[in-house]
Amino acid sequence: MGRGLDDVREEARLLPFQIAECSEQVIHLQLGERRLTPPEISAQVLRELKARAEAYLGEEVTQAVITVPAYYNDAQRQATKDAGRICGLEVLRLVNKPTAAALAYGLDKRKQGVVAVYDFGGGTFDISILRLHEGIFEVLATNGDTHLGGDDIDNLLLAIALEDIRTDWSQDLSSSGEAVQTIRRAVIDAKERLSFLPSTTIEFSWQGRAYQRQITRELFEQLIGGIVGRTLGPCRKALRDAGLEPEQIDEVVLVGGSTRIPLVRSSVEALFRAKPHTELNPDEVVALGAAVQAGILSGQVEDHLLLDVTPLSLGIETMGGVVSKLIHRNSTIPASATEVFTTSVDGQQNVLIHVLQGERELVKDCRSLARFDLKGIEPMPAGMPRIEVRFMIDANGILNVTARDTRGGKEQSVEVKPSYGLTDEQVEAMILESYDKAEEDFKARQVREARVEADTILAAVDKARSSAAWHDLDDSERAAVDLALNQLQMVYHGDDHNLIRGRIEQLDNATRKLAESMMNSAVRTALKGTKI
Amino acid sequence: MASHHDCWQCGTPDAGSLFCRYCNSLQAPTPDYYVFLGLPRRLAVDPAILQKQFYAMSRMLHPDRYTRRSEQEKRYSLEASSILNDAYRVLRDPIARAEYVLREAGFEIGEQRSKDVPPELLEEVFELNMALDELRAGDSEVLPQLQESRHNFKLMLARIDSVLEEHFQRHDGQQDVASRRAVLEQIRNVLHRRRYISNLVSEVDKQLSSRNA
Repeated sequence: MGRGLDDVREEARLLPFQIAECSEQVIHLQLGERRLTPPEISAQVLRELKARAEAYLGEEVTQAVITVPAYYNDAQRQATKDAGRICGLEVLRLVNKPTAAALAYGLDKRKQGVVAVYDFGGGTFDISILRLHEGIFEVLATNGDTHLGGDDIDNLLLAIALEDIRTDWSQDLSSSGEAVQTIRRAVIDAKERLSFLPSTTIEFSWQGRAYQRQITRELFEQLIGGIVGRTLGPCRKALRDAGLEPEQIDEVVLVGGSTRIPLVRSSVEALFRAKPHTELNPDEVVALGAAVQAGILSGQVEDHLLLDVTPLSLGIETMGGVVSKLIHRNSTIPASATEVFTTSVDGQQNVLIHVLQGERELVKDCRSLARFDLKGIEPMPAGMPRIEVRFMIDANGILNVTARDTRGGKEQSVEVKPSYGLTDEQVEAMILESYDKAEEDFKARQVREARVEADTILAAVDKARSSAAWHDLDDSERAAVDLALNQLQMVYHGDDHNLIRGRIEQLDNATRKLAESMMNSAVRTALKGTKI
Repeated sequence: MASHHDCWQCGTPDAGSLFCRYCNSLQAPTPDYYVFLGLPRRLAVDPAILQKQFYAMSRMLHPDRYTRRSEQEKRYSLEASSILNDAYRVLRDPIARAEYVLREAGFEIGEQRSKDVPPELLEEVFELNMALDELRAGDSEVLPQLQESRHNFKLMLARIDSVLEEHFQRHDGQQDVASRRAVLEQIRNVLHRRRYISNLVSEVDKQLSSRNA
């Protein structure tokens, strides 16, 4: 999400789906007939989670706190928020995962001091260093890699298995999505077993052939050493940005499934010279923290507060393709910067501002966020207009830009073109579409449920017709049952759930006497042989 | 500064700088860091007091506390929090703090001036640049010399910092604007020298680390 075509070209070859052609600004995935953007797919996941939460709580859920990797850039955050909107959730806050974990961790213990949260999940890695002080959780520095996680480990093992198959079976399974999926499942199982066994076997069968390969933890650790090592650089950078030595970290908290790997634990311990905390379930601690943040936002949790930072520096393009930094990384958010712009040509009415995110000096090495077009500037000689532009990173880590003409004092209109991502109009369209879809989905579900109910009664009547009670009915009663039965069968395959339910009721009425008579004979049978 | 205004909500005149003293609604924040934090305009700032104030005001102003308030208060909370965060970031760092006070007092502190070599450093800088050139050309024999000048410049920075410290105290002790300005003038010159030297150190660091990489 929030990535461009060039970012994923390499990865796309490993994925079991196609990227559609119209993907210049926003990636579209081709799924059969449909084309979906990552935020729409994410919205489907959120919709399911929303439904589950509603089923559990017994009421509608309309607002949410969503956690994101701390090292997510603006576009990825915006895409997450868009996904929430598309599925009908008001996203009250995006919380960085390690920060949420720290909140859950520090809450019941009333901890003080400096805590490092090492979050190594499926696809992303984050490190955050926080100071906990009387209920304030102040992030001092964060760093990470949004493209490093357990998936990379899986891919290594996957490559080994595919290579084995290529040599031993003389078969190339890498282009078969189904085969890759089967092997992936098998290597994940093996990886997980290696967290508590010294050795295990990767095994699966494909089209009747069995694959087996022994793997020791020692070999596994050699394989993944490079990946685990890549997490340590960001940790050192975060320490440096926080102005701290490893000895000054009081506690280390582990988050994310990949931190169950013993090599990960020992590497973290060696770096921070402290035994990491593992008592909280690494898969759940982030969600717990999000719940606490929801409590803070709704006023139920009063003495706690998160002060988070922006992970990446924000700047604008200046002469010669150089980036001028306006807000530095690890600045506490909300953070803002003001810059005055003017024109370079007489009568110029538009000024284009190119906003970038990243730590490098040159535009080409930073990530393009958006282009802001200042429009409708009063025509004046070059250099005369003074447009004050305010860049504001809000508590979600998302950039907002406002502009003011300081000579006229009026608000200046700003048109935003996100470099990678959906425009507001596109999101609105998707929200509308999802409403339509939601109605469709709801209807389909009701029809399915009605049919399940019909199945039950049809089976029961079928069984009753071969019972003694059936013959106790007179002809007209039997004809009435047959008629109702027929009428239900006629509408069974239709898509009107009300009609199906109506016919079910008719059949139910027509078989009332039959049911009673069956009940009586059942009682008689049960009483037979019993002395009264 | 912005503390004399009518409350946007209830119209009470001279409402107060953060919250209206009558209806308690959040007011448009003042952009002046010292006024905003309620701190005296001093160059010497106790970090513990600053941090305490930062945490206390964060509790009052953070957007998390305003999710169920009016749109206007939400905007002010965002604005006020960003000023608070900027103010804390600038004032906790002695150099950034001094630069802020200088700028607010109307001094120009451009990068240009710091490119001129301070005369007393001419010789040392000349030798350093020679050594850096040789290193770039691949001559690693200059490494010990570079390490040494890096060490010397680091010592100079430490000395400058203690000089700054004294200037800060002197500045805060002056009662009238003119004498304060005179001290600020001196501080500006020290800062220029400091920036020059710290740029040198980071240049050496860059060269050394690119060799190690």
